[in-house]
Amino acid sequence: MTLITRRNALVGGAGLLLAGCDQIIASPTTQSLLKIGEDASYGAARAVTDRNALAREFTRAEMSPVFRANGTLNPGTAEYNAMVASNFADWQLRVDGMVAKPFTMGLAQLKAAPARTQITRHDCVEGWSAIGEWTGVPLGLLLRRANVSSNARYVVFHCADLYSGTPYYESVDMIDAFHPQSILAHHMNGQPLTVNHGAPLRLRVERQLGYKQAKYVMRIEAVASLDGIHGGKGGFWEDHSGYQWFAGI
Amino acid sequence: MASIPAADMIPEVIAPSPSPMIYRTKLPVRIWHWINAFSIFVMLMSGMMIFNAHPHLYWGHFGANFDQPWLTIGNRGHAGYLWIAGLEVPTTGVLGYAMDTMRAFPPLVTLPGSYNLAGARQIHFAVAWMLGISGTAFFIYGIISGHLRRDLGLKREERSIAHLWHDIKEHAQLRFPKGEAARAYNPIQKIAYIGVIFVLIPVVILTGLTMSPTMDAAWPWLTEVFGGRQSARSIHFLCAAGFAGFIVIHLLMVVLAGPINEMRSMVTGWYRLPKENAK
Repeated sequence: MTLITRRNALVGGAGLLLAGCDQIIASPTTQSLLKIGEDASYGAARAVTDRNALAREFTRAEMSPVFRANGTLNPGTAEYNAMVASNFADWQLRVDGMVAKPFTMGLAQLKAAPARTQITRHDCVEGWSAIGEWTGVPLGLLLRRANVSSNARYVVFHCADLYSGTPYYESVDMIDAFHPQSILAHHMNGQPLTVNHGAPLRLRVERQLGYKQAKYVMRIEAVASLDGIHGGKGGFWEDHSGYQWFAGI
Repeated sequence: MASIPAADMIPEVIAPSPSPMIYRTKLPVRIWHWINAFSIFVMLMSGMMIFNAHPHLYWGHFGANFDQPWLTIGNRGHAGYLWIAGLEVPTTGVLGYAMDTMRAFPPLVTLPGSYNLAGARQIHFAVAWMLGISGTAFFIYGIISGHLRRDLGLKREERSIAHLWHDIKEHAQLRFPKGEAARAYNPIQKIAYIGVIFVLIPVVILTGLTMSPTMDAAWPWLTEVFGGRQSARSIHFLCAAGFAGFIVIHLLMVVLAGPINEMRSMVTGWYRLPKENAK
């Protein structure tokens, strides 16, 4: 015999209400309406703000005592473990795609290249922030060296870490790619990048959220469209969980 | 007893009824009210889902798991708690742990109901446009039409502490203005609406923008004004609590003041003046 208590009825009713709400949200009509909002946010960010505006830079005294490592903390694949074992001696960054002069570059060469150091705030999509110091090669420098095509619209970062078998990747538009603070960092807080923070090289795009800051970058590809790259939405979290491609908000 | 009919009243409306109907709420105000009722509820519910992703609040520029929060909603097993600056309150069944879910805010009050940060952000940022655009339109209308100054501005005699204190006492005893006095908003009501329109809505929008790293770069004064991104996030949350508190009191007042009359006036604009000396 079933005893219907007021509490059960309340919880059951709430369950139906919730299921109804979630169904409305998941409907294609609602999703396309919400997409208008997403496009408006990206459009407005590019239209009404200075595209070259710099993210605030802090002093050493203002840094987080401990910078939280998040996402993949160690790719742990056989290939990656071998690279760690050899201290990334044979590691090579590849720059290709819609470029006139694709090239590869070792870690020592990258460290010898002109570098920018910046103490910036890292904002996770979850809501927390941490301030750290990053040193690396401006992405624009590498793209210019490869003579990137004027038809390229995005820069894709292919990474060494896997999420349940799927490679992590991210992408940015050309505005953020050529932004002076967009760097490929090989040092953090004055030390070579550690494994949990993305050794040997991670992206810093200072005007976007944490999931854009791709770690373990192996290859930089210039493309005209994000279609056909993995799930086609421009990044692992975008493909996998529907996170917004423009992570500036 | 007999209320004096105003010059602009329609005769057939007053004649048979001792408590006349007045056209109190104009169409733009009603439209804005209902857009807000929808958008603020959706913002609160999707906002609570976003908060669930990191249920800690900090002051300053940074703040993460290794830093000291001033507010945490958490759980130890099946015991939920709210922790504010050293004071811990058990909240099992409401916050931290409720509906068999280990989450700061339970599924009943979040959008979507199931854990979905990406989905909540998509909703929050789309409806933020609705809130911002309708708010701007209302603001322009309110200034041009004189609605803000005429209906929300405190009259000279309402600005004294004694007058306000009298009004607070009347409210506390659930004695609301009757007859001609009910034609206009009363002072506490005006202050509540002014607080929402001129404080909560602008501050919640600005602190929301401060959480955007792109906006921070473009408008560096945002983090300066609020004392950092994490402070802005805290203030954003406090504004949300302010909206929630306003909604509770607002709905309570509607119920106490006569829900049918109040609802009709916000749907059709027509409001029946409460009878004087009604017993």
